[in-house]
Amino acid sequence: MTDLLHRVYREHRARMLAALIRVLGDFELAEDALQDACAAALTTWGSAAPDDPMAWLLTTARNSAIDRLRRARVGREKLAQLGERPEAVDMGTERLVAVGDERLSLIFTCCHPALAEDARVALTLQAVAGLTAGQIAQMFLVGESTLAQRLVRAKRKIRDAGISLRVPADHLLPERLSGVLAVVYLIFTQGYTTAEEDPRREAIRLGKLIAALMPDEPEALGLVALMLLHDSRSAARFGPDGDVVLLEDQDRSRWDGVEIVEAVGVLDRALALGRPGPYQLQAAIAALHTRPETDWAAISALYGQLLMVSPSPVVALNHAVAVAMATTPDEGLALIDRITGLDRYHLWHAARADLLRRLGRKNEAAQAYRRAHELAASAADRRFLAGRLRDLD
Amino acid sequence: MQYMLLIYDCDRPEPGDPGFEEALARVNAFAEECRRRGAFVYGHPLQPESTATTVSVRDGKTLITDGPFAETHEHLGGVYVFDCRDLDEALELAALCPMAEQGSIEVRPVAPVAGLDHRPSA
Repeated sequence: MTDLLHRVYREHRARMLAALIRVLGDFELAEDALQDACAAALTTWGSAAPDDPMAWLLTTARNSAIDRLRRARVGREKLAQLGERPEAVDMGTERLVAVGDERLSLIFTCCHPALAEDARVALTLQAVAGLTAGQIAQMFLVGESTLAQRLVRAKRKIRDAGISLRVPADHLLPERLSGVLAVVYLIFTQGYTTAEEDPRREAIRLGKLIAALMPDEPEALGLVALMLLHDSRSAARFGPDGDVVLLEDQDRSRWDGVEIVEAVGVLDRALALGRPGPYQLQAAIAALHTRPETDWAAISALYGQLLMVSPSPVVALNHAVAVAMATTPDEGLALIDRITGLDRYHLWHAARADLLRRLGRKNEAAQAYRRAHELAASAADRRFLAGRLRDLD
Repeated sequence: MQYMLLIYDCDRPEPGDPGFEEALARVNAFAEECRRRGAFVYGHPLQPESTATTVSVRDGKTLITDGPFAETHEHLGGVYVFDCRDLDEALELAALCPMAEQGSIEVRPVAPVAGLDHRPSA
């Protein structure tokens, strides 16, 4: 019987939690009530399992929430407030189950811009992905009590500041969706820079959930494609000594071909919707990099588009490097020299150095490599740049 | 749900200053929009901090001091109270407020307290 409970809980936890949060308007209360219901199930399901375990858990949780509110002094006020909300008047089982998939509104609530960024990440992983505070703390290398506090603070702000428990209104949706996708991508990149698999897997799962719940949003699909493409190369990204291996030097036999095929399929679906955006463009660039022959002209054109929709000095640098590969080092160098704001970014100096070297301007190249070496933060980057500098002579 | 909007660091033109009429018209249009949505509860600018007086009572003795409670670089220039559906609506109104273009607006929910009677005088 506990197997059944575990299975229902694992598969439907996020949906049940989302439905309870929506009806009760309180994150912590919903979590406590769901825990109460599971504890009750452990003792009562022994003899006869209910026909509809999810409905049973929701009803029991609802009753427990009402009991908890009656017991607490402030709860009575809250109970009266619940009565005023038309959708909460009937907290009957049919309604609780009929609310359907509330996970989407839960995701938007967890990623609300009024919450601190680290709280958005942690809350999404806990409430939507179902990770424990301990697991999240380990993932982000912070203390468990710090993380638990961060979660509690965020949940109380949601309740006390009246952060919406619904999918945002249409006029807010594009901006909010991009905020949601940014949180998911932040979880992914956390696992990408540290070579940790768990955050990447959770981010891809979350991305797929959002894409399934919002099938008409090409950027959600674009993000899934982008993450799958990066993930497909993860086994080849680090050398035996832990150093980052550059894309062109990676052992392509270690790329995950199945994941690449899946990513390209997802990207095709996104592009078919005819509304390109930053994630789709980045995914398209990453997809071109998986081809045996790199089409630099196509890549530089995509970076040009990306520069228009989300301009940043780093995108401009990537664009310039792609142009240099597609045309001549001169043209790339002219673009690089026009970028401002990257004076303290080692890759700007390294890219310049590389082009100067290819143009035979050895002294200037050496000077740029030295500057890049000074600014590089990681030992692996410094080793790589020192090697390039030696190769000049 | 009620929210208080605290308007910080915003210069207020005085009558006769260049731009006064225009600023007044914009602030009135903003208040009209808030009334149209049924959100407007209260709103007013404040006199500068040089006019502030701080009161505290300790051991039955009333202490009165010149100046604001906290000497900060941020100047509280006025407040609004709005009745909104949720935080999103309050944030939307804050962004519509003309003062947000120059200063910054802190949005704080009003705390519900059971039994608290704050009806205005009859």
